[in-house]
Amino acid sequence: MTKTLQQVIEQKNEQGEKAFIPYIMAGDEGLTHTKETIRYLQQLGATAIEVGIPFSDPVADGPVIEKAGLRALAEGTNLRTILAMLEEIKEDVQTPVILMTYLNPLVHFGLQDFVKAATKAKVKGLIIPDMPLEECDIIQPFLEGTDIALVQLVSLTSSKARIQEIAEAAEGFIYAVTVNGTTGEQRDFQDHVMQHLKEIKSLVSLPVLAGFGISNRQTAEKMSEGIDGVIVGSAIVDALHRKDYDTIEQFFQKEPVETNS
Amino acid sequence: MVTTTEKKGRFGKFGGQFVPETLMTALNELEQAYEEARQDPSFQEELQDYLHNYVGRENPLYFAKRLSEHLGGPKIYFKREDLNHTGAHKINNALGQVLLAKRMGKKKVVAETGAGQHGVATATVCALFDMECVIFMGREDVKRQELNVFRMELLGATVQPVDSGSATLKDACNEAMRYWVTNVEDTHYILGSALGPHPFPTIVRDFQRIIGDETRRQILEKEQRLPDAVVACVGGGSNAIGMFTPFVEDENVRLYGVEAAGHGIATGEHAAAFADLKEGVLHGSYMYLLQDDHGMVQEAISISAGLDYPGVGPEHCYLHDIGRVEYKSATDEDALEGFKLLSKIEGIIPALETSHAISFASKLAKEMTKNEIMVICLSGRGDKDVAQVRDALGGRVHD
Repeated sequence: MTKTLQQVIEQKNEQGEKAFIPYIMAGDEGLTHTKETIRYLQQLGATAIEVGIPFSDPVADGPVIEKAGLRALAEGTNLRTILAMLEEIKEDVQTPVILMTYLNPLVHFGLQDFVKAATKAKVKGLIIPDMPLEECDIIQPFLEGTDIALVQLVSLTSSKARIQEIAEAAEGFIYAVTVNGTTGEQRDFQDHVMQHLKEIKSLVSLPVLAGFGISNRQTAEKMSEGIDGVIVGSAIVDALHRKDYDTIEQFFQKEPVETNS
Repeated sequence: MVTTTEKKGRFGKFGGQFVPETLMTALNELEQAYEEARQDPSFQEELQDYLHNYVGRENPLYFAKRLSEHLGGPKIYFKREDLNHTGAHKINNALGQVLLAKRMGKKKVVAETGAGQHGVATATVCALFDMECVIFMGREDVKRQELNVFRMELLGATVQPVDSGSATLKDACNEAMRYWVTNVEDTHYILGSALGPHPFPTIVRDFQRIIGDETRRQILEKEQRLPDAVVACVGGGSNAIGMFTPFVEDENVRLYGVEAAGHGIATGEHAAAFADLKEGVLHGSYMYLLQDDHGMVQEAISISAGLDYPGVGPEHCYLHDIGRVEYKSATDEDALEGFKLLSKIEGIIPALETSHAISFASKLAKEMTKNEIMVICLSGRGDKDVAQVRDALGGRVHD
């Protein structure tokens, strides 16, 4: 059965729109603030909301998200309190919530217990950046029969054969990493990246969303061409931290922005 | 009995490849290149040649007569890794891996370092083979080991201080992994301990097992029998795994790994992952890992910069669980005693890391008899630690 996360993205695409998934760090400025932020992003029309679980050693993340994570940890945030917060708002938040977490907090929590708690909190997707295809079986058996989609990442270094293999196991959507590097790394996205994204799209049937280093509306638009949407993390986390809501709202504008703005 | 291959790169349930997808292709390439190199006589010949003529192997298995008499227990032998070029066992692995990197056509090398010994060893082999070299080192360790920083720079390496987290070894590992992800196409990561994602724990073990292979041959020559006990210090565990591997099948040889107990296990301020036995995932590997009640990795605490890693190599975790190796610990204070003891009695100033093994071995010796034989891996020399030990002792050797 197709999981909710995939359905929601496909519905968005059927309406002729690209999916847009903002990432926020749970507990940055406290979980009450996170609750408000989730409602705010739902109101703006986010396709889904990626909620980051803070971790002491976030090797896949760049400085913006790492610092947000440390702020969240300093607030006393942890996986247990985050799941409790999500459970509190599950009735009034219809936008699917995806958890992005390193594996260790889950291992410590107990993988099976985590899946139970996440199901109860209506979590619809799971992204684990330090768990490649080869290691998925550590959690996959517990996810069977749930509505939590295990999202898989593919990178610029993934071969064609590997992309196909990953797509076999993937649920929800394919997360295409657009840089060799950490989150928030801004590079000039060269044509080969666009080419790579189109190739991924041609190889898989799931929706394909690009992420890592997409820092503004223009890049988001450019990256979405030929695929199904984008994920924006560091730029959102940074803007939230600076209370720069204009930057956030720009990502959601229906009309294309002028390139000379 | 010991090498399990239920799943690729696993030692029982430990090990694995818990890394971002971007690194998977590089890990698969590395695995394949290593497999080919391992079976290529010309690679092995070149490695042996450098180990002999450049590193100075084989190094002695030295009978420590005075220490044996002083402790009144078994005959104690030291495997003298401290006599290697650059002063520790780290060069065995760095040399092997740089040859591998060269073979793979990589132009740059990145590495992490704690005490600086692995950084110096890596910078050394990069100088030797004209490779660009970047070393990540925690800001705290840069302070504790400033001479090693200067050494690395003399050797042509760029040393990048790391301010994130606890600014020690684990944070240096984080940064080295991030650098590798970003530069994966032309860069090889020379991981310095028997840690990290597969195939690193296997590669590091294989390049370090020369310690145990030589020891086994040498003790048979000298004593016509195997030792009763073998002792090595364990941070990530590379000298220990190198020393233990050739003895693992010899069930009468007792094996002891000694972790750093820092201020004491009971204080919670230590680096002994086997004291807590909490399973976790860090830097690509499933292993025992120091962490808090919410799965945040804890800062490891030890006087020795080379042992303050919160995890422990996956093969050690397995050897622990099957009961083949016993893991013990020694506090900062114990280590300082070991450091002084060996300096005074044998005229050998050991590394602080090694001093943990010496401290435990001194206790173990009291439970052993004169007919028995103990081997201690003297993994490194203590020149790098002299200034720090002077400060720790308040500038005075005698109370």
